[in-house]
Amino acid sequence: MRALWIVFTKEFVENLRDRRTLISALLFGPLFGPLLFGAMVTRMLNQNTFEADQPLQLTISGSELAPGLTQFLKSHDVALKVAAMTEASAKAAVRSGQAPVVLIVPQEYPERFTAGSPAPVLVVADSADSQQRKNADRARALLANYSGAIAQQRLQVRGINPLLAMPVAVNDVDVATPTGRAVAILGFMTYFVLFALLMGGLYLAIDSTAGERERGSLEALLSLPVRRSALVGGKILATCAYMCLSLAISLSAFVVVFRFVPLERLGMSTNLGPLTALTLFAVCLPFVPLGAALMTFVASFTRTYREAQTYLTSVLLIPTLPIAFASIYSLKTKSSLMLIPSLSQHLLMTSILKAEPISGLDVLVSAGASLGLALVLAVLTARHWRRETMLL
Amino acid sequence: MIEARALHKRFGNIAAVKDVSFTSRDGEITGLLGANGAGKSTCLRMIYGVIAPDSGHASIDGVDVHGETSIARARLGVLPHATGLYGNLTARENIRYFGALQGLDQGRITSRCDELSRSLEMQGFMDRRVKGFSQGQRIKVALARALVHEPQNLVLDEPTNGLDVMAIRNLREMLQRLRGQGRCILFSSHVMQEVAALCDRVVIIGGGQLLADDTPEAIRERTGSASLELAFLQVLGHNADVH
Repeated sequence: MRALWIVFTKEFVENLRDRRTLISALLFGPLFGPLLFGAMVTRMLNQNTFEADQPLQLTISGSELAPGLTQFLKSHDVALKVAAMTEASAKAAVRSGQAPVVLIVPQEYPERFTAGSPAPVLVVADSADSQQRKNADRARALLANYSGAIAQQRLQVRGINPLLAMPVAVNDVDVATPTGRAVAILGFMTYFVLFALLMGGLYLAIDSTAGERERGSLEALLSLPVRRSALVGGKILATCAYMCLSLAISLSAFVVVFRFVPLERLGMSTNLGPLTALTLFAVCLPFVPLGAALMTFVASFTRTYREAQTYLTSVLLIPTLPIAFASIYSLKTKSSLMLIPSLSQHLLMTSILKAEPISGLDVLVSAGASLGLALVLAVLTARHWRRETMLL
Repeated sequence: MIEARALHKRFGNIAAVKDVSFTSRDGEITGLLGANGAGKSTCLRMIYGVIAPDSGHASIDGVDVHGETSIARARLGVLPHATGLYGNLTARENIRYFGALQGLDQGRITSRCDELSRSLEMQGFMDRRVKGFSQGQRIKVALARALVHEPQNLVLDEPTNGLDVMAIRNLREMLQRLRGQGRCILFSSHVMQEVAALCDRVVIIGGGQLLADDTPEAIRERTGSASLELAFLQVLGHNADVH
C-alpha cells in the first residue's frame, strides 16, 4: 500500500511538470468539447430563429392582375417586390441569386379566377438551395392558405357548408417537452464528456508504461523489491486523478457554455446547473478507473510512446460505439443496458439532463459493471507486468 | 556475496546462457567480460531477478533471488544497461523515489541523499531537473539511485558506456571505495583495460558459456599471454575451436 502511494505521488508530480501534456490533458481535452458544442448549437439556433423572424422576400410579376392575392400576401407580412418578368427572365433572376423566389401571375389569371376554374400562378425557385427551398415552401403555404380562403367563400356564397370540403381535420400533437427537445440537440454532449475524461489520463497512461520503457527506466524500477501490482496500481491511480480533474473541468465548462447558449429562444431549457453537473460527475466517476485501467493495459503492450499513442487513439473511440448504437436504435434506459459501460453513463447522463428520475438500482448496476471491468483490467495489467517479456 | 549456479536461459530456439556458475565475493570487484551478445546482460538480469532462469539459480548473500525476491533485492543495488532516469524530476527526486520504494523512511532518505551528493560530487546539480544532464551526470544519479539503500551488493551492466575519461576515472574510484567498505561488486564490460585496471576476479563468457573464472594474473599465466587483452582473445579463440 505504501509503495502504491509512493508510485502515485511520483507519477502525479512528474506529469504535473510536463507543460505540454498538461495543456493537452487539462485544457485542450476538456475545453474542446464544450467550446465546439457551444459554437455549433448557437449557430444552429441562430439560423433557425433568424429565418422565422424575417419577412419572406418575394418578387411578384403581374400583381395588377391579382389584386386580391397581392393584398393577402401584404397582409401576411411578405416583403413584396413588384417587377415585370417573363418565365425565362424569372428563371435567370433566381439562378443568379438576384431574386430568391419569384411569383408570376399569368395573363389568363383574372379571366379564369372570375370563371371559377383553377387560376394558374408560377412559383420559380431553386430547390437545390436549402435556403430558397424554405422560402419557396413558405410562399406555397401562403398561396395554399389564400386558395383555401377563396374556396370557403365560394362555397358559402353557394349556400354550402365549407366544412363539408374538410372531411378530415389533422391536428399535430408534439410530445417533445421543451427539455426533451433540447436533449435531442445535446445528445452528443455525453460523448464529449467521456472523451475529455479519457484525454485527461491519456498521456500519463502512456508515459508511465511505454514512456518508462522507452526512456529505459523500467528495468531499474522492476529490479526494486516492490510488488508489480503496487507499481501498476499507483500508475493507474495517478491516471485516475488526472481523469477526474479533466472531467471536472469539462463539466464546469459545459455549465458556463450553457449560460451563453440561447436555448430558451427555441422554447428549450436544460437544467445544467452546478448541482446537475455534480450529479453528472458522480455518474461518470466509475468510468474513470475503467478508462485508466484500459489505457494502462493497452499501453503496457507497446514499446514506444508513438506506438502507444497510435493504439490509444483507437481506445478513445471505444466509448462512441455504444453511444452511436444507442442513437441509431434510440435505446431507452433499461436496467440490462446498465451493464454496458459508457452506454450506461450516456443513458444516465441523458436522463439527468432531461430531468427524468433515475433509479438508484440503475446507478448501482452502472457503477458496479464499470468498476468490475476496471478491476479485471487492472489485474490483467499487473499480471502482464509480472512477465519477463515486459523487458524483452 | 553474489552466486550464480548453473544458470540456463533460452529465448525461443536460442540458448542465451548455458550452465553459467560463478561467485562474486564481498570486498572484491568481479568483472563479467564478454563480447557483445555473449550473454552478459542476460546473466545479470537473472541475478537481479527481472528474468527467471530456465534452470539453475542465483542468490544474493545466500538468499535465493527467485524464491525470496524481495529480500534478495533489498540487499542489491542495480545499475541496468539503460540508466533511464525521470527527466522531469530533479536528481534528488529520482534518488528519493528509489529510496522510498526500497522502504527507507524520509529522514534516512534525506541523509543518504546528502551523503551520496557529497561522495559522488553531485552538489552542483542535485536539485536540477535531469532532462539536460550529461552522460557522466546521469551515471552518477543512476549510481546514487542504486546505492541509496546502502546495499551490500552492487550489480552494474556496462556502466562505463558513453562516459568520458574523467567520468570513467571517477566511477573507478567510487567502485574502489565501495570495495574498501567490504561490499561485493559485479560489473559487466566488453572493454579489457577497464576490467584489467579494476577487477580482483574476471569471469569471461562467450556464446552464453563460461570460459574462464579466475584472477587476471592467473588467466594471463594460464594462456601465457602478456596482457589480459591477448588472454581474452585466446580464451575466445579456444572457444571458437570447440564449436
